[in-house]
Amino acid sequence: MKDSVTSLLLAGVGGQGVLLASDIICKVMMKAGFDVKKSEVHGMAQRGGCVTSHVRYGRKVYSPIAKEGDVNVLISFEKLETLRYLNFLKAGGRVIINEEEILPPSVNLGETAYPADAVDIVRHQFKDVLVVNALDLARKAGNIRAVSIVMLGALSKYLPEASPDDWKSVIGEEFSEKLVPANLKAFDLGRETA
Amino acid sequence: MHKQLMSGNEAIARGAFEHGVTFAAGYPGTPSTEIMEAFSRYKGVYAEWSPNEKVALEVAIGAALAGVKAMAVMKHVGVNVAADPLFTVSYTGTNGALVIITADDPSLHSSQNEQDNRNYAKFAKIPMLEPSDSQEAKTFIKIAMDISEKFDSPVFLRTTTRVSHSKSVVGLEEPAVSEDRRVIKFDPAKYVMVPAHARVRRVVVEKRMEQLKEWAETFPENRMEIQSTAVGIITAGMSYNYAKDVFPDYSYLKLGMVHPLPEKMIRTFASKVKELYVVEELDPFIEEQVHAMGIPVTGKKVFPYTSEFDPGVVEEGIKAHKRGRKSPPAIPSRPPNLCPGCPHRGLFYALGKTKAFVTGDIGCYTLSFMKPLQGLHTCICMGASIGMAHGMSKALGEKGKGKIVGVIGDSTFVHSGITPLLNMAYNKSDAVIIIADNRTTAMTGMQDHPATGTTLQGEKTKELDFAALAKVLGIESVRIVHPLNIKKTTAVLKEELEKEGPSVIVSRGPCIFLQRERLKSIKPFTVDIDVCTGCQLCLGLGCPAISWKKEEAGLVPRTGKKRKGFASIDKTLCVQCSLCFQVCRADAIKSAGGPS
Repeated sequence: MKDSVTSLLLAGVGGQGVLLASDIICKVMMKAGFDVKKSEVHGMAQRGGCVTSHVRYGRKVYSPIAKEGDVNVLISFEKLETLRYLNFLKAGGRVIINEEEILPPSVNLGETAYPADAVDIVRHQFKDVLVVNALDLARKAGNIRAVSIVMLGALSKYLPEASPDDWKSVIGEEFSEKLVPANLKAFDLGRETA
Repeated sequence: MHKQLMSGNEAIARGAFEHGVTFAAGYPGTPSTEIMEAFSRYKGVYAEWSPNEKVALEVAIGAALAGVKAMAVMKHVGVNVAADPLFTVSYTGTNGALVIITADDPSLHSSQNEQDNRNYAKFAKIPMLEPSDSQEAKTFIKIAMDISEKFDSPVFLRTTTRVSHSKSVVGLEEPAVSEDRRVIKFDPAKYVMVPAHARVRRVVVEKRMEQLKEWAETFPENRMEIQSTAVGIITAGMSYNYAKDVFPDYSYLKLGMVHPLPEKMIRTFASKVKELYVVEELDPFIEEQVHAMGIPVTGKKVFPYTSEFDPGVVEEGIKAHKRGRKSPPAIPSRPPNLCPGCPHRGLFYALGKTKAFVTGDIGCYTLSFMKPLQGLHTCICMGASIGMAHGMSKALGEKGKGKIVGVIGDSTFVHSGITPLLNMAYNKSDAVIIIADNRTTAMTGMQDHPATGTTLQGEKTKELDFAALAKVLGIESVRIVHPLNIKKTTAVLKEELEKEGPSVIVSRGPCIFLQRERLKSIKPFTVDIDVCTGCQLCLGLGCPAISWKKEEAGLVPRTGKKRKGFASIDKTLCVQCSLCFQVCRADAIKSAGGPS
């Protein structure tokens, strides 16, 4: 097993399933035999604010949060949030972006504009950028709440430490029986885009 | 051993359960809340939400006196509320076990200040343990209970947000079988703290701290990890992980117990390394004591006093080189906001029309301070709104007539609002107090309280009646309004502001999270863009579902009047609260029918 620690950063908006997604990653990597830590900040973030979750795994993990410039993959559930946390990504790091736009209050009020070129800014700095229409794929999978699982499907392609079956077995345990098929489908659709 | 991913908070609850803790009292507060919630679900335990942290600690003291293992759980500022019993239970000791959990919040993720509660350990002469991850959190709650029993002392367990809310791998054990030690013991010299007794106990406390200091020298969770001796780092809690992450090869003195400190061990460690650092967030708590031992050490000279650390901060401090952090591009901020359909929105919209100065309090409604509502103008601590409104109103006299309002949430009112309201009646106040009653402790994630009619463990119970309470406290004018009815709410506000003497308005509308059933059949409102005049009145509600769209060039609405843009309602966010429908003067907002 490799000694180095892999750092992931998930970013999004309250209610998008960022925390659930990071829990699933941890469980998958735990099953794959890694030491795992994750960290997030709850509380006020529930009310439509930014939500981030660090996930780190390796042979031995000390800090549950990565330092700036040390994250291997940034998984952004909302386009604008990608920019907010881009400085955490290491040079040559990978970005997965859900192209959904959720307008912050100042944009709603017409005081500021939603950046039209968010993806271009990211592409300008990083070459491994994957843009996913996760909402659309979740809808296709039969559950619009499965956005976070679509994102995990895409992410899974870049984490060879765990097989699709590893992911699917954790997803199968995470949801009630009724919700499992749509979420497994969402995972597959996400993985196919990567 | 079964392994599970657990948050620090869940691990504390698990450790308490495994160790035979059967009693816990607390008040919700980020980042501590999940400890009580997780503990309350274990079999055979008693757990309660008390009205506030002072009561919670007193309840736990009583339980410990009766011989059980008890814990009182709160966030850092909660210890301020509980400070009165805290300082004296240090004198009486505990009989059973008593652990006070303080969850601190460096970086103020969800708090009004950043106080470092290690100072309470020293101040109240109570030992304090500090875990660095979930496994330690589970182990340390057990050790804390054992210390409490061994030394007949309350014990602090301190976490920070990053320990409480990070998840890591924990090995689960079967709960130990504890013997029943419950007892009624009469011992006035120990438990009746009149001066004559307290003077005697005061000496016992100093002796106990001496014994604990000695004990700390051999406590296995105070451990030296000697590797490269070029640099030695004394640290505790989450800071240990940050340091190990960036400097795996240096030597460490990792303190599991941050008060009292093991002086001999620190001297030995210092003598083994060339350069000595203390890595600790917030106050130089350990550093100052190491300085006082006459040992040269570097701490706050290179590390910040404010905000939580991360591995980068520790690296920069010791390497004395800046990483040249890239500042993120200027993008719109995304602060937390009142939810679509939040009953507080109607209240503050109406309140804004009165132009009153609003002393505020702690809860979701604090978020109304932002644009566009700008609904409250102070926030100090739990319960402060009422005392402050009274003080302002008294000081202003005629100048403040009809202009001072205090707003306090239901849970916050129960926590600390009753005595100041009594004071307003007693001292003939003239301010208006609004109890923003959304039927839950919403900000911390929907906890019950004495006015919801349900206990932490799900039993039905008495339900406090705010209006009746206000009346018996001596408030003669008490009104109840539904804040999603703007017209009525505005009228009641106006009437009460004009009246002589204090008034209470109960603004009662359930939190949107309590309306699961209703939310299943939402028919969202829509904007008829041909009718919308672009007046932006609805934007003044600050509803996340309503946004402003710029007019495309050349388009003129059916009304024929020119406009800069129009409003739009996001149908996935609208929960049919009807506030926008009520404020629209152009009849541009259309209801799709059904109940609202």
